Amino acid sequence: MPQTSYVRTEMVPERAPPPSTAGVIGWMRTNLFDGWMNSILTVISLAFVVWVLLSAVPWLISPTWNATSLQECWALIEAAGKPEGACWGVINERWPQMLYGFYPEELRIRPTLAFFLLFVALIPVLFNMISRRMNWLLLVLVLFGATFFAAASVLMVAVQVVLGAALAWLAYTVVTTKAGDRAEAIAAGASRLPNPLIFSALYVFLMPWLLWGGPIWSPIGAAMGFVLGWAAYRMLAAVIGNLGAIIAAFLVPVVWWLFLIGYFVSALSSVLPIGLEPVDSRLFGGLLLSVTIGVTAIAISLPLGIVLALGRQSDLMIVKSLSVMFIEFIRGVPLITLLFVASVLLNIFMPPGTNFDIILRVIIMATLFASAYMAEVIRGGLAALPRGQYEAADALGLDYWKAQRLIIMPQALKISIPGIVSTFIGLFKDTTLVSIIGLLDPLGIGNAIRSNAAWTGIVWELYGFIAFLFFVFTFSMSRYSMYLERRLRTDHG
Amino acid sequence: MKKTVLLGALTAAAFAAGAASAATLDDVKARGKLNCGINTGLVGFASPDANGRWEGFDVAVCRAVAGAVLGDQEAVDFVNLTGKTRFTALASGEIDLLSRNTTWTFSRDVDLKFEFVGVNYYDGQGFIVPKELGVSSAKDLDGATVCIQTGTTTELNLADFFRANNMSYEPVPIETAAEARQQYLAGACDTYTTDASGLAAQRAAFETPDDHVILPEIISKEPLGPLVRHGDPEWGDIARWTLNALVAAEELGITSANIDELLNGTESPEINRLLGTEGNLGEMLGLEADWAVNAIKAGGNYGEIFARYLGESTPVGLARGLNAQWQDGGLLYAPPFR
Amino acid sequence: MTTLTDPPKGTFRLSMLINDSRYRSMTIQIVALIGFLTLIGWLTSNAAQNLSELGRGFSFGFLGEPAGYDINQRLLDYNNQDSHLRAALLGVLNTLLIAFLGCIAATIVGVFVGVLRLSHNWIVARLMTIYVEVFRNVPVLLWIVFAMAILIETLPSPRDFRGETPEASMALGESVAITNRGFYVPEPLFSRSLGDVHLFGNHPLRFDVSLDLVVILAVLIAGILTARLIGRRADRIQAASGDRPHTLWYQIGVIAVPMVLILTILGFFLGYPELKGFNFKGGTYLRNSLIALWLALSLYTAAFIAEIVRAGILAISKGQTEAAAALGLRQRRIMSLVILPQALRVIIPPLISQYLNLTKNSSLAIAVGYMDITGTLMGITLNQTGRELETILIGMAIYLAISLTISSVMNIYNNSVKLKER
Repeated sequence: MPQTSYVRTEMVPERAPPPSTAGVIGWMRTNLFDGWMNSILTVISLAFVVWVLLSAVPWLISPTWNATSLQECWALIEAAGKPEGACWGVINERWPQMLYGFYPEELRIRPTLAFFLLFVALIPVLFNMISRRMNWLLLVLVLFGATFFAAASVLMVAVQVVLGAALAWLAYTVVTTKAGDRAEAIAAGASRLPNPLIFSALYVFLMPWLLWGGPIWSPIGAAMGFVLGWAAYRMLAAVIGNLGAIIAAFLVPVVWWLFLIGYFVSALSSVLPIGLEPVDSRLFGGLLLSVTIGVTAIAISLPLGIVLALGRQSDLMIVKSLSVMFIEFIRGVPLITLLFVASVLLNIFMPPGTNFDIILRVIIMATLFASAYMAEVIRGGLAALPRGQYEAADALGLDYWKAQRLIIMPQALKISIPGIVSTFIGLFKDTTLVSIIGLLDPLGIGNAIRSNAAWTGIVWELYGFIAFLFFVFTFSMSRYSMYLERRLRTDHG
Repeated sequence: MKKTVLLGALTAAAFAAGAASAATLDDVKARGKLNCGINTGLVGFASPDANGRWEGFDVAVCRAVAGAVLGDQEAVDFVNLTGKTRFTALASGEIDLLSRNTTWTFSRDVDLKFEFVGVNYYDGQGFIVPKELGVSSAKDLDGATVCIQTGTTTELNLADFFRANNMSYEPVPIETAAEARQQYLAGACDTYTTDASGLAAQRAAFETPDDHVILPEIISKEPLGPLVRHGDPEWGDIARWTLNALVAAEELGITSANIDELLNGTESPEINRLLGTEGNLGEMLGLEADWAVNAIKAGGNYGEIFARYLGESTPVGLARGLNAQWQDGGLLYAPPFR
Repeated sequence: MTTLTDPPKGTFRLSMLINDSRYRSMTIQIVALIGFLTLIGWLTSNAAQNLSELGRGFSFGFLGEPAGYDINQRLLDYNNQDSHLRAALLGVLNTLLIAFLGCIAATIVGVFVGVLRLSHNWIVARLMTIYVEVFRNVPVLLWIVFAMAILIETLPSPRDFRGETPEASMALGESVAITNRGFYVPEPLFSRSLGDVHLFGNHPLRFDVSLDLVVILAVLIAGILTARLIGRRADRIQAASGDRPHTLWYQIGVIAVPMVLILTILGFFLGYPELKGFNFKGGTYLRNSLIALWLALSLYTAAFIAEIVRAGILAISKGQTEAAAALGLRQRRIMSLVILPQALRVIIPPLISQYLNLTKNSSLAIAVGYMDITGTLMGITLNQTGRELETILIGMAIYLAISLTISSVMNIYNNSVKLKER
């Protein structure tokens, strides 16, 4: 009886996929020409891309980098036999102005240093993913690098030697000890490097000093306020109770900052005149101005925003309605009106005779503006926290402030970081509005440059360069914020 | 005005140190710097060079006053102001002197409470049109699209002119001179109107200046000058006589080149008085005897400043016209220094 | 048995204001209130003192004085002898116009781009990503200036339309003129117009009502209502018998036929723009500044809306589509009945804040000379009268009112689509 097998015993050899689904053609079929609708879209898109490239690239490639006036550019372009082209001479001649404004040329290392230190200070706050050693290594590296741009002197050489030694030692430990061994050593009780957050806290006082200069005693004095407040709290908490101590801890620094700090600074500077050359804030301009306004406003608006968010969440009726009024008012009016207030009204509301310069006034209004948005971001963070966290804090017997400080805020702030970053991006972009009230941010500097007889008539090169500057900054920040959002997502959906 | 005692006490306590004294001169001397308000950018009048140093006709006035008061033409902090922010900045004391091509008008002087210390440029509002339009008079502009810079007196003059001549027009308000130029050259407006000096400056920087004409009608008087706050006559005198010193220096033939030589003493008593080698004019102003010397050294006399920033050898290429000395048929006439 | 529910009764001591939690909140509130009032009082007294030193009062009298300047884009009649108040009113209308146009355009572009970003077409999806990133990461002020510069530099000027062999010609069968001063499009006119009704005489708030428009709107609304009645009747018949009568043609008919009739009676025709003198005359003139601002604001905001839409669609799980398909719903119904209502719930709240942002960003109109409230009241009026305090206060109040209105209207809508939790 013949054996009939209904089951195939040998494997069918693998066949190549049909040519229409594999390779370049296959990819194009599935991704570009999938149906007539898609094909039309593809063709239109390709035509658009080609058109943009064809019209932009010949214009961009233009032999005008060394021109010193628009007329010279025209001559160069004509000599090259091109119908039209960009005039890059203006960027070549004026890019330092667009970055730093009128900040004295020999001091420009200071804002640059402040800018790089900002990243070092932000790493432990935002990334939390490189080791302490790496963080300190970065800090020393940046400082070490900066010394080479400072005026050469015996002191500077000494500083270089010290920093170089520290750098070498840190690099040596990073290279020789593995992260795992190091963790074991720490677990076994080896001494750790100090927390880099210390530098982040110090940076708050360091940055204004680097930018504006002045005696070193000013930032030290400002920091002393916090120390004094903390000391007052410690000493008085036992004597007059918690609440009284908190009030004292609030009042002591305020009194210090308002009345005493001036004497402190002038007394110490007459004894030990160490400091940086002061720079007037009206010399700030270009991107430096945008970054200064943006960073300062966001940094100050964070605590204000927390207070406002708590106020808005609070059960206290008056506190709550005041917070809501403030937030809704600021969010309801355009930033430009607040800048008008800064430029023409703020002085009217100050006591007669007081006068502070326009950049400070703009920073104040930008801070108020950002704090309302910050409050909403933090409120979102608070709302996203499960109720159980509040109840657990209550169950532990923590009072309101302790619960906020130890349980609620750390979590809520962590959730809010992407929101905070996007608030910053928004504010940073909005700093261009200050050009409308006559400040020389990149856009304002651009207009001032266009009023120079050599460069009147320049349009696209300046705008393009400014757009590029902003794009680089905000795009990288938004990428970072997206990365954070992914990392902070704890649900696994 | 009602104010509680508590508030008053708080205010006094918190800001006792901040109060400015009424005497601007003392403030400026104590500060060691003159705060001077200038344009954010106007060809010939104020613009930054590649090193970030502000240059221009209005800027030169600031430097001259700084020279007269502080003996150092670099002791100026320039505050860039827009048409909107300039008056508040002066009124609030943020600046000591406003030198930002500002037209001297009745309401600004009387109602806004400022003191114009003189005229450093006699201007008037004019129109520029492309030649191919075939317009030879502003009266032919019925129905035209007109670019104007906002925040100035020009939009009021324009409205008055067209109303008086019973013509219609389409205003295109523009924030900065650079944008106005762009719109005008692209043909987005038929004509551009602003002060004639500005028009000439713009036209000079065109690719083909000869294709454009400035129409003969000047529809307004625009005496541009520096101004100070009401209520401090001494400071006003300093600014006024510094400006006059520049004008008189040109009339008397004092230039930045020969001033050191003239300081050794001359035959002319007026020159000697102006330069402080004779009499005590400086003392009367509360300044050093060589105040005018420093003012003139800052940028030269009026004629030199004009030639450097606006004159026919510059891209702006303006003729002196009304701004010539009175002997030459202009309006510049410095009162006697005695 | 003793209960601890009653607090110990004792005499009130001053320290209880701080230490007793029953009174503490009261204390904090009163301190906050006093602090707030002190601040307000301090600011007001400073302002009063400063103003009196400057020799200026605080009054809104300047609003009644003649403005003296002209406004190019006028939604109501205006000339330079009208008061500052009327100039401000025109500014407000211009602000509302750009906000309204901008929101609509931004929504359309945003939805379109948001959907295309999820497209399978590789190049389209990439292009849309580039669009979103480029527009989101460059300041809106720069876009506005850019848009204006592009319009001015690339489009032909009216001069180019002139001559024997013009360099430019009108588009769409000689009916639309695209120039670098703006777009001239045909305008609807009526040869047997009913005229206008003039309201409020000479008051600054006066306005004209076009009777033609009123009649047309009335006919249109009546038509739509009738069409609805027909639809309702069809619903009832369907509910009773299961068969739905065909009503589409009736519905179109009751709207269209009276419309055509009334337009014929009024003598409707289109007025085409024509090159006369310096400019095109006739037609509706959409100014450059309006178009540039509109383009820039809507493209900028659309980039944000696209992201919101994309997130909204991605938030709906695929199971929903499959479940709806399993119920036998057709593709269109799945979208309209299942996906959209759920996605909208995610999309609406951030969309509201984008609308608010767009409205607030419209204040950057001064950069291109669009005469909105910032350009008239807080611009030229401020300059000419020197009344900074008053003009800026009014301007802020107007923006606040607009923002609060938009957000409350949108919140009402949001509540109607919100998930009803039980």
